[in-house]
Amino acid sequence: MSKTLFEKIWDRHVVKSIQDGPSVIYIDKHFIHEVTSPQAFAGLEKRGLQVFRPDHVVATADHNVPTIDQHLPIREELSRKQVDKLIENCKKYGIELYGLGHPYQGIVHVIGPELGITQPGMTIVCGDSHTSTHGAFGSIAFGIGTSEVEMVFASQCLLQGKPKLMRINIDGELNKGVVSKDIILYIISKISASGATGYFVEYAGSTIRSLSMEARMTICNMSIEMGARGGMIAPDETTFNYIKGREFAPKGEEWNKKLEDWKQLFSDVDAKFDEEIFIDASEIEPMITYGTNPGLGIGITALIPTPESIPEEGERKNILKALTYMGLQGGKQLKGMPVQNIFIGSCTNSRIEDLRLVASVVKGRKKSEHVKVMIVPGSQQVAAQAKAEGLNQIFEEAGFEIRQAGCSACLGMNEDKVPAGEYCISTSNRNFEGRQGAGARTLLASPLTAAASAITGVVTDVRELLS
Amino acid sequence: MQPLKIVHSTFVPLQLENIDTDQIIPARFLKATTKTGFGKNLFRDWRYENDDETTPKKDFILNNPEYRGEILVAGKNFGCGSSREHAAWSIADYGFKVVVSSFFADIFKNNALNNGLLPVQVSEPFLQRIFAQTNGTTLSIDLKEQTITIDSTEEQEKFEINNYKKTCLLNGYDDIDYLLSIREDIEAFEKQTA
Repeated sequence: MSKTLFEKIWDRHVVKSIQDGPSVIYIDKHFIHEVTSPQAFAGLEKRGLQVFRPDHVVATADHNVPTIDQHLPIREELSRKQVDKLIENCKKYGIELYGLGHPYQGIVHVIGPELGITQPGMTIVCGDSHTSTHGAFGSIAFGIGTSEVEMVFASQCLLQGKPKLMRINIDGELNKGVVSKDIILYIISKISASGATGYFVEYAGSTIRSLSMEARMTICNMSIEMGARGGMIAPDETTFNYIKGREFAPKGEEWNKKLEDWKQLFSDVDAKFDEEIFIDASEIEPMITYGTNPGLGIGITALIPTPESIPEEGERKNILKALTYMGLQGGKQLKGMPVQNIFIGSCTNSRIEDLRLVASVVKGRKKSEHVKVMIVPGSQQVAAQAKAEGLNQIFEEAGFEIRQAGCSACLGMNEDKVPAGEYCISTSNRNFEGRQGAGARTLLASPLTAAASAITGVVTDVRELLS
Repeated sequence: MQPLKIVHSTFVPLQLENIDTDQIIPARFLKATTKTGFGKNLFRDWRYENDDETTPKKDFILNNPEYRGEILVAGKNFGCGSSREHAAWSIADYGFKVVVSSFFADIFKNNALNNGLLPVQVSEPFLQRIFAQTNGTTLSIDLKEQTITIDSTEEQEKFEINNYKKTCLLNGYDDIDYLLSIREDIEAFEKQTA
C-alpha cells in the first residue's frame, strides 16, 4: 500500500494503539530547555520516578538566558534560578546538558541539526512549538506541553492521535531577493494562521528541492504559525551531505546502513493526502507582516489591506484590532516607514547562512543612525564560524551589536526586548501583541529585508539594494 | 487530576479570535519553576495599563465584576502560538474549568486536557448564539453526554472528545498512569526495533 512520508515514520513508531483513542508513539529524541522542563521534573519526583531513557534526552539553556556576559552569573534572580534548576535536574537524572559556557550551547532547534543529533526517520519532541524545525530532515518533529515532557521522561512515549496530512507543493524559480523566509510567510498569508490546524504538513516541489538544509529549516520552523503540528521535507542528497561528518552523525558501516534506510523515506507516488496546495514560486516577492499574527503578511510593494475590504466580520474585527495595535493604516504601503529596531536571530533565522545573507547586503555599508540593530547567532558554533569567516567584522563596521547565542528578543522573556510603541523588523517567527516586549510592534521579514532596512532605517525592498 | 463531570455556571465572553498563548500569559511570567500562581497574570497585558496591577483596563471583560463564572467563551483559533502549558495553568488557576470556542489550536487543546481543563469545541453559529446571550445566562456542560446547553433557551449541541481522554477526565486519570502500566510493551518495542 502506498504511504506518505509521515505514515512511513509514524507506523514504525507505534508501540500500541488504543481503540477509539490515540496511539502510543515511541520518541527517539527529546530536546529540553530551562523554561518548559522544571515542572515536568517536579512531577516526576512527586511520583518517585526516574527518567526512563536519559540517553535519549538532550538539554540546553536558550530561552531565558542573557545574550551578553554569559560567563558571569545571570543577574536576574528568577532567570538564574530557572537555569540553575535545569543544571540540577540534568545532573540528578543523568541528562546531557549543553548549558551556558559549553561550546555546543545554543537555541535548541539550531544545535540539534548542527550537531547531527537530528536525523531522518526519527520522532523528535521538545517543549517548544518550533520543534517542527527538525522536520526539515524528514523526521516527525513537534512541540509538546510540559505534561507531555513529563510523559516522555517517564516512558519515552506519548499518546497521540494521528493528524490529518497536507502537502504543500512549491514549484518554480524564486525571484531575486526572495528567500525561504519569504516562501513560508507567503504560504501563511495565503492559508491564514489557522489554515493548517489539525494537519501535519509535507513541503514538496522543485523549489523546496533546490533549497539548502538551513533554508528548509526556516520553512519547517514556521509550520506551527499556520496551526500545523509540524512540517516535514523528504530527505535527499542535500540532507545526507549536511548530516555526514557531524559530531553525532552515524559513522562508518553504521552510516551506510542508515543511508540505505533514509533513502526509503519519501511519499509514494500515489500516496493520499487529506489536502493538497500548489504554489508558484514566481508569485512570491519579499514578504513583510503588518499585523499581529503571522498570517497577516503582504509583499513588500503591496498595500496594507483596509478593514472595510474584508467581507467576513470576525476577520474584519481582527484586522482592525491588529492595525490599531500596530499604529498602521489600511491602504498604505509599509515600504518607506521608519523603524527603530532590527532583530536578526531566533530559531527561524540565526544560522550561518542567514548571517551570510545579512553580510552580503551590509558589507561596506553602515546602519542608519536612527536604528538599533541586534544580531544574535543561534549557537556558539554559529558565532565561532561567523567570526572565523570575517562576518563579525562586517557587522561591527556596519554598527550592528553582536550578541551571544540564545532566543534573545524573539519572545520578550529574557533581557532583550523591544521598547513599547517602537517598530522592529524581526527575522523571528511571531508578531503577536507584546511578543517582543509589552507594547512592541513586530514586522516579520527575511534576513535580507532586515539587513536592507538596517541600512536605510526604513522598511526597504531589498531588491533596491542588491546589485 | 480532579475528575470533571458536569459544569453548570455563568460564563465570561471574550469575543476575540486568534487569542494566542502570548496574550494568555506573556513570556516574562514563565520564569517560575512550579505550576501554581499563574492565574493572577492571566491576560496580563490586556488586563492592566502599563503592566500595573493598580490600574486595570476598564474595558477588559475580566475587570468587569458583572462577568464571573467557571466557563470562558472565546472566538475561533483559541490558544494558537507557543506550546507553553503555562497558558492552560493560568486559565485553570484563575478558576475556569471549561473553555468554549469554535476552534482550538492543537497543542493548547492537549495541554488543557492534560490539566483537567475541558476544551469544548462548538459550531460557529452556536458560539455566536452564546455570545448573543445576556449576562447572567448559565451554560451546562455534561462531559458524559458530551453536550453543551444554553440553559435559558435550552439550545444544545454535542461536542467531540475521544473516548480515552473522556475516561481520563471523568475519572481524574492522566496519561502517565496509563504509560507506566504498559512499560513491558515499551521495552518489547525497544528490543524489537534495536
